Amino acid sequence: MNLAQREPSPFKTYDEPERRRWMSSPFLAGMLFLLPSLVLFGVFLFYPMMRTIYLSLYLIDTQGEPLVFVGVENFINLFQSSSFQTSAKATGLFVLYTVPIGLILALVLALLANEKVKGIGFFRTMFSSTMGMSVAASSVIWMFMYNPSIGIMNRLLSGIGMSEVQWLLDPQFALMSVAAATIWMNTGFTFLILLGGLQNIDQQLYESARVAGVSDWYKLRKITLPMLSPTLFFVTVVSLINSFQTFGQIDILTKGGPMESTNVIVYSIYKDAFINYNVGSASAQAVLLFFCILIVTVLQFKLTERKVHYQ
Amino acid sequence: MKKVELINFQKSYDQRTQVLKGIDVIIEPGEFFVLVGPSGCGKSTMLRMIAGLESISGGDLFLGDKKANHLTPSQRDLSMVFQNYALYPHLTVEENITFGLHVKKIFKKEQKMRCEEAGEMLGLTDYMKRKPKELSGGQRQRVALARAIVTHAPLCLMDEPLSNLDAKLRARMRSEIRQIQRKLGLTMIYVTHDQTEAMTMADRMMILNGGEVQQIGKPMDIYNEPKNTFVASFMGAPPMNLIHAKVKGSSLVVDEQWLIPMSESIRAAAQLNEVTIGVRPEHIQLANDDEPGFVVVVSNVEVLGTETLITFNIGDKKQWIARWSGQWNLRIEQPLRIFIEDQHLCLFDAQTGGKLDGSQDSSFLNKEWITI
Repeated sequence: MNLAQREPSPFKTYDEPERRRWMSSPFLAGMLFLLPSLVLFGVFLFYPMMRTIYLSLYLIDTQGEPLVFVGVENFINLFQSSSFQTSAKATGLFVLYTVPIGLILALVLALLANEKVKGIGFFRTMFSSTMGMSVAASSVIWMFMYNPSIGIMNRLLSGIGMSEVQWLLDPQFALMSVAAATIWMNTGFTFLILLGGLQNIDQQLYESARVAGVSDWYKLRKITLPMLSPTLFFVTVVSLINSFQTFGQIDILTKGGPMESTNVIVYSIYKDAFINYNVGSASAQAVLLFFCILIVTVLQFKLTERKVHYQ
Repeated sequence: MKKVELINFQKSYDQRTQVLKGIDVIIEPGEFFVLVGPSGCGKSTMLRMIAGLESISGGDLFLGDKKANHLTPSQRDLSMVFQNYALYPHLTVEENITFGLHVKKIFKKEQKMRCEEAGEMLGLTDYMKRKPKELSGGQRQRVALARAIVTHAPLCLMDEPLSNLDAKLRARMRSEIRQIQRKLGLTMIYVTHDQTEAMTMADRMMILNGGEVQQIGKPMDIYNEPKNTFVASFMGAPPMNLIHAKVKGSSLVVDEQWLIPMSESIRAAAQLNEVTIGVRPEHIQLANDDEPGFVVVVSNVEVLGTETLITFNIGDKKQWIARWSGQWNLRIEQPLRIFIEDQHLCLFDAQTGGKLDGSQDSSFLNKEWITI
């Protein structure tokens, strides 16, 4: 006679009515806890995403109703369109302009603000203050600064004897101008996270390095950056994704112009869907952007994994 | 080996409150010197000032014969072990040990040699390629020690290095650190709040309280001749038993219950109305029939195997602890007749806490406590 037969497990409840057993299953209890977020995500994230992928495979009428299944034709059209290529190039350039410079700037500011100096609280507040400003408000500020006749930018230029620049109207400068404004807007957030990361580093590590007598540059390379690597990795991923999805400042400052030079993909999606009523093309672009961000993020994880030191 | 000399050493953070109030001490070359005191007494601050991690507000610091007040930590030619070890989590044990050696113009080959030597001394040879998080607490502690050793600095500072270890490991590391210090002839300044560590490791020690030196001396001298009630109650586990007594005529009266006759000479020396009496736990004995004693009631018994700690009430509020060797099977509430030899009684000024000079003089007290 084996053990199981002699002593039935106390956890098995065959006697209870079927309904109660079903209710008390841990899986169901877990699902109940997840339900609110599942519903929210479902309505505002999963369904729109699925719907976008679905729509990207159809020819759509101006009312947004799918007419004919066309497979990947929307995508092929995109790749052949010069407008999309300009748009992709603008997005790529925009990311290149904003992410590295923004990160380095925020890192330098965070390193400065991490020093124990009198009145450092004032600088910490100033450096992180852009986090508290909406994209719309900051865009308007920058719009005034870039204004060709009354803006401070051109006044500075004429002050040092250079010719004025049409910051937002010259295709050569427009993307850079928007990028500069974007760096300014994002610095507050990146700075704050990096400062938090810096303050988390054990001070005794630096004291030990002081006793050893290594240079500041050596400390930065051998202690600060490795210890900050998880934070740096996080802000890089977030900034990159943010940069790919830029919309607000483009809409306010340039509306994708001049000559489509600032027509980044998200703005192009918006124009195709809500101005040109070409929902099929817009959906296809959205799908491409999604996969592009996904690939870049996965690549980041793969490539930098070994260089990030979690404690 | 290096001599360390502090002259009127002071620290103040806000120019008003003094964290260290003028400390004078000379630490001899090759000496194991322990700074001990309760938390917040300024012992870590003092160590950090010697290391150069905190500025010196007043007084002078001499390392060897050189004034070191304004030298940077690295110019002071010392090594330091931190409480949490300060290991770099992203570097291997080997890289941790050799960190910063290039500054001292030590070549890679020499670095490797020293690292292997220190690793061997501390039993780390098999762990050289591991990261700190893959080590146990004791091994991390050893890496921190190895890092101090490889610099070949003549002066080593340690800031509560054993406080993160469990009791058993702590006991082992105590003797290991002491052996290494002797072998390498290091001058060691060691900070701890643990009086056992201080007693067992120190050549000499300094007891600090509230930024002031209470006593400097060899462990046994401090134990046997505490300068004041603070030292008496801080050193020793369990601490010295203390109780207030009033001077009445030619006698000391303890809590209106006991009377101790006092000799003429001490009464003249100490013109006091109140004193504090101190007795070490091991000096409280069970009275023989022919010895004068006084009766107390047992309130707790802890049998530790080789010895027994007996807690009893003395007076209305005070509890004293007696330490008897062997295993004693006593009942709670059992009355005991105890006896204290007069040479083991210490007298302190009740106001200042300072020791009264004549109190080691055996003629100063007549023998017995008399129950009123």
